[in-house]
Amino acid sequence: MMAEQISIFIENKEGRLAEVTAILRDAQVNIRALSLADTTDFGVLRLIVNDNDKATAALKKEGFTVGKTQVLAVEVTDEPGGLNKVLDPLCEQDVNVEYMYAFANPQCKNAIMIFRFDDIDKAKEILAQKDIKVIDGKELSGL
Amino acid sequence: MPIFDIDFETMPREGLEAIQLRRLQTTLERIYATVPFYKETYDKAGIKPTDIKSLDDLRRLPFTTKQDLRDNYPYAMFAVPMEQIVRIHASSGTTGKPTVVGYTKRDIATWAELMARSMSAAGATNGDIIHNAWGYGLFTGGLGAHYGAERLGASVIPVSGGNTKRQITIMQDFKPTILCGTPSYILHLAEVADEMGVDFKDLYFKSGIFGAEPWTEEMRQELEAKCNLKAVDIYGLSEVIGPGVSIECVEEQKGLHVFEDHFIVEVVDPDTLEPLPYGEPGELVFTSITKEAFPVIRYRTKDITSLNPTPCTCGRTHVRMNKPTGRTDDMLIIRGVNVFPSQIESVLMETREVAPHYQLEVDRIDNLDTLTVKVEIDETSFSDDIKGLQAMEAKLSHDIKEHLGVSARVALVEPKTIERSQGKAVRVIDNRKL
Repeated sequence: MMAEQISIFIENKEGRLAEVTAILRDAQVNIRALSLADTTDFGVLRLIVNDNDKATAALKKEGFTVGKTQVLAVEVTDEPGGLNKVLDPLCEQDVNVEYMYAFANPQCKNAIMIFRFDDIDKAKEILAQKDIKVIDGKELSGL
Repeated sequence: MPIFDIDFETMPREGLEAIQLRRLQTTLERIYATVPFYKETYDKAGIKPTDIKSLDDLRRLPFTTKQDLRDNYPYAMFAVPMEQIVRIHASSGTTGKPTVVGYTKRDIATWAELMARSMSAAGATNGDIIHNAWGYGLFTGGLGAHYGAERLGASVIPVSGGNTKRQITIMQDFKPTILCGTPSYILHLAEVADEMGVDFKDLYFKSGIFGAEPWTEEMRQELEAKCNLKAVDIYGLSEVIGPGVSIECVEEQKGLHVFEDHFIVEVVDPDTLEPLPYGEPGELVFTSITKEAFPVIRYRTKDITSLNPTPCTCGRTHVRMNKPTGRTDDMLIIRGVNVFPSQIESVLMETREVAPHYQLEVDRIDNLDTLTVKVEIDETSFSDDIKGLQAMEAKLSHDIKEHLGVSARVALVEPKTIERSQGKAVRVIDNRKL
């Protein structure tokens, strides 16, 4: 059920992001989705890719610090209120979103939201009860 | 300008040297009997206090280093029982432990006397009001100048460091005539005054006594122009007594007169440790000859400078030391606080959250020293949680302030980005133009 996201520490320096994506390109890794959180000194790049092991190995070889985080990839219907259908039940039961980012599912019109929750197991349970589709890691890589 | 102690400060060299020898011999006999460190060191070197028959024999005595003081932390170097100690000061050590020094009542009086002489050399009299912006506390600057001002009979304003706008208001209202502080802080103060629309020309200063960190001739010109006063350099270190070991006279402003009736000064080759002739640069070494509680014999300061024996127009016969030009170790002085990279390292190690790969970057921005500690992130300390990483930076910054008393900005950097030369990390980048 869970999906694995990789994260990379990068300093706020010119061209640093391009270096990361070039390493992934050269390793033939495809990026599904990404988000960049930053402060004045540094940023954390969060990535969903088609091959975590290959990406991690290539980045580590170039001296980057790579972390792995369990996240949930949730399908959100492409209509007004689609996101609230996901968020409302979680909110009611005090599950908090630490961060999230989205990309379009290439196979249909829906969006896929990547969520990091403070309580991932509880979130999973709630989403299952509400019949909301959670895409597992394997499926995500294969998209 | 009046000389505070005309007899001693202008004494012909011959008489001065006779006094030095007598005081040295007395000190040596006393510490040999009371401080186990000196007895053991001298026994091992096969030398007795009675072997010292001339000032030239001083070179036969072993040196004392900061490491020796650390080994005897906190009180084992004291030459009198605690009942006679009336004051304790401390300065940063190369590890978490500071260097501790003690004073008897007479030592405090001696120190006050030397600071009174220093202020007098800078042009102060009992009619002056002294604005003392050195920090009060374990650091010797604030209290040293305070007691000296009182000994001189001047009025001292114990304003200490910080709270800059209030300091400027005090300068306008209390009308101080002598300004004391670290040169970088005073330049900062001048800038804040400028922003507040206060012109030093409308204030009342005639002299400034600046020290506790290295500064240049260019900074002197800037200080004199901005603060509308004559700027003189003062030197001292807590291991020797505190400020008041040497001072420039306001007449010449060229080299600092070492109070040689209290300290014997040498400059030695830092490699061979052989004493160097006057004029040649080397490591500055002091022997205290009047201190009771904490005498030091041939204490290596790690400051680099040279001595100038040329007679001075001010009338003082005491030899002058030129402004120190550097250090033989990696000690940094940041806003008057001594900082060793190893101290930062022990703070980083203590948290165990970050790798011990770090670098100190020192800059002077708007005349204030700023310290940035760059720390490499590694797999164990990294998380994708920005808040967590920022909290880590804040915690390290807080711990550094707690342990070292100096404000530092901590910046996490990517692994293996800190420059390494020959496999050894470059620990310090000092961008200050000194």
